[in-house]
Amino acid sequence: MFVDDDLFAQEVRQIFGRAWLLVGHESQIPNPEDFIQSKMGTDSVIVTRTRQDKVVVLLNSCRHRGMKVCRVDEGKARAFTCPYHGWTYSTDEERVSRPGELAGVPGFDVHYEGRLDKAEWGLKSARVRAYKGTIWATWDEQAPTLEAYLGGMLKWLDSALDHRNGDSGGSTLLVGVQKFRVRCNWKFPATNFVGDASHAVTHNSANMIKLNPSGKDGRRDERPSGHAAFGWPDLGHGGLGFLPRPEEEFPRPDTFQQFPAASNYLRAMAREHLRKRAGGIHYQGKGTIFPNMSFHEDQPRTLVVHHPVSATETEMWRYYLIDADAPDEIKDIFRHYYMTYSGPGGMTEQDDIENWESATRQSLGGMGQGLPFNYAQGLGESEPCDLMPGAVWCGRTITEQNQLIWLKRWQEFMEGRSWDQLMHRVEVEHDAVFPLKRSTAGAK
Amino acid sequence: MQDAMKAMLQLHEVSEFLYKEAELLSDRKYEEWLDTLAEDITYRMFVLRNLSGKAQPSEYLEGPLDISWFDEGKETITKRVQQIRTHQHWAEEPPSRTTRYLTNLRILETDSGAEPALVRTRCNFMVNRNRNEADDHCLYGHRIDLLARHQGTWRIRERKIYINQSTILMGNLSFIV
Ligand code: FES
Ligand SMILES: [Fe+2]
Repeated sequence: MFVDDDLFAQEVRQIFGRAWLLVGHESQIPNPEDFIQSKMGTDSVIVTRTRQDKVVVLLNSCRHRGMKVCRVDEGKARAFTCPYHGWTYSTDEERVSRPGELAGVPGFDVHYEGRLDKAEWGLKSARVRAYKGTIWATWDEQAPTLEAYLGGMLKWLDSALDHRNGDSGGSTLLVGVQKFRVRCNWKFPATNFVGDASHAVTHNSANMIKLNPSGKDGRRDERPSGHAAFGWPDLGHGGLGFLPRPEEEFPRPDTFQQFPAASNYLRAMAREHLRKRAGGIHYQGKGTIFPNMSFHEDQPRTLVVHHPVSATETEMWRYYLIDADAPDEIKDIFRHYYMTYSGPGGMTEQDDIENWESATRQSLGGMGQGLPFNYAQGLGESEPCDLMPGAVWCGRTITEQNQLIWLKRWQEFMEGRSWDQLMHRVEVEHDAVFPLKRSTAGAK
Repeated sequence: MQDAMKAMLQLHEVSEFLYKEAELLSDRKYEEWLDTLAEDITYRMFVLRNLSGKAQPSEYLEGPLDISWFDEGKETITKRVQQIRTHQHWAEEPPSRTTRYLTNLRILETDSGAEPALVRTRCNFMVNRNRNEADDHCLYGHRIDLLARHQGTWRIRERKIYINQSTILMGNLSFIV
């Protein structure tokens, strides 16, 4: 599962060739012709805003011999010229019929006698959806919309992307993506962040030194009550979040009390949030969006992608979110907290990384390779949650239901199911049903 | 002649201080090492990007609100030391073994009239970190330090670390760079 090269090759095709993947954020390409280099699975892609202000995602492989046409992390260009034999691809729709089309080939008239079909030999392009600043892409034209793919998880993603004052959207990235290679299988971080609440021992040291921004025990401010694991068995997403409740009933205790400016800011934003959304339902949570994107809505507010490199190596990209119009002083306080918490320098994430690397290394052993792992925690105790459409829970944070849900989705993709099957529009014969609590299993 | 002599003495004094400081880290005398940091130290390790040659002057993200690998003051650096001392910081338990090399040390500017006296230095560094059975990593780069001398004692007031890796190739940076 965690070290097999053949399985990894299948994952790259069956999962990363089809699923919606996070490739970046619009704030990274604010102006026409801005581009960044990103990744989809093991592929490098170009994410660019065209002269016509359209965000497009192109496979960064030349159609002549596969050379990487864009070799810098970011920049500004309306055309990409391959350094090998000079084929040029344009994103300017005044020049080509679609962004990424082949626009120039050295010797086109003489050596190809003008017979090369440029429209056919453009850069491969992906389907793109920008959502509240985040940019997502999939190679699969048959994939459902991003919204359908996310299902109920969308509300939780909103809780990370929406402004603290309750406005829809309104967040941006702090400039800079932390990219770091971890010698682990990509499934370890993905299924860690899907809602592994029982790995507290990992963070003993971070808790003991009180990273907590209010100076109290632990590494983050205490969570209001009603915090539990929720997972979407039909979609593979899951995380830890709050049981939805009316905005008026959602507790908003003071946080960041060691930093009065931030504490005051958050208190004012929470009041505004309540005023704007009064009468509505409060949804808030964090977790993993299948397959490899995880996010945290608060403390630290961050997005991360676990890019697969090989069966035993993952390149993590961490992005940090902030209210776009927050005063610089406030942004700086959050930024400091984020950097001491997450990434390879983060006092919390360092110990997670140690686990993932060590578990991967142990899985390479002769006996380790075939060793079954135990996912029994909370098994058969989950029930549907009426307040969270499509989700199941068992009333607490500590359960492995979400890991099982994620793994079930993994298997569905690996079987090469059609989107009709994956989205449960048609039945699959002898399909494994996610085990629910006996008393409620019949209700589903 | 006298100026050259003075400069040599100062370079010697500063290098003695920086070598000793590096030694404290390698010897895991972290509490003593903390004493070499000024109370108002700013300690920052920048994120590097692969940019075209033309954009090279901005390859390191140095904006005040840009994300770094580290950007903090003494309070959280002290927490890092405390974290190692919990002996439950699994990324440093068992602890890393580190060796530090400082070379190409130059004094960029001095202000002996200031109180405390200030010296800005630049040096190249290499840190080798070995841990567990077979984890062996190196981090290379250069560093610009601002040192302050008050009543005969040097302290680091600012450390800016420029590494050569755009993608960190070693999982975690649990050792103090
Ligand atoms: S490989 Fe790109 S032009 Fe030949
Ligand atoms: Fe963790």
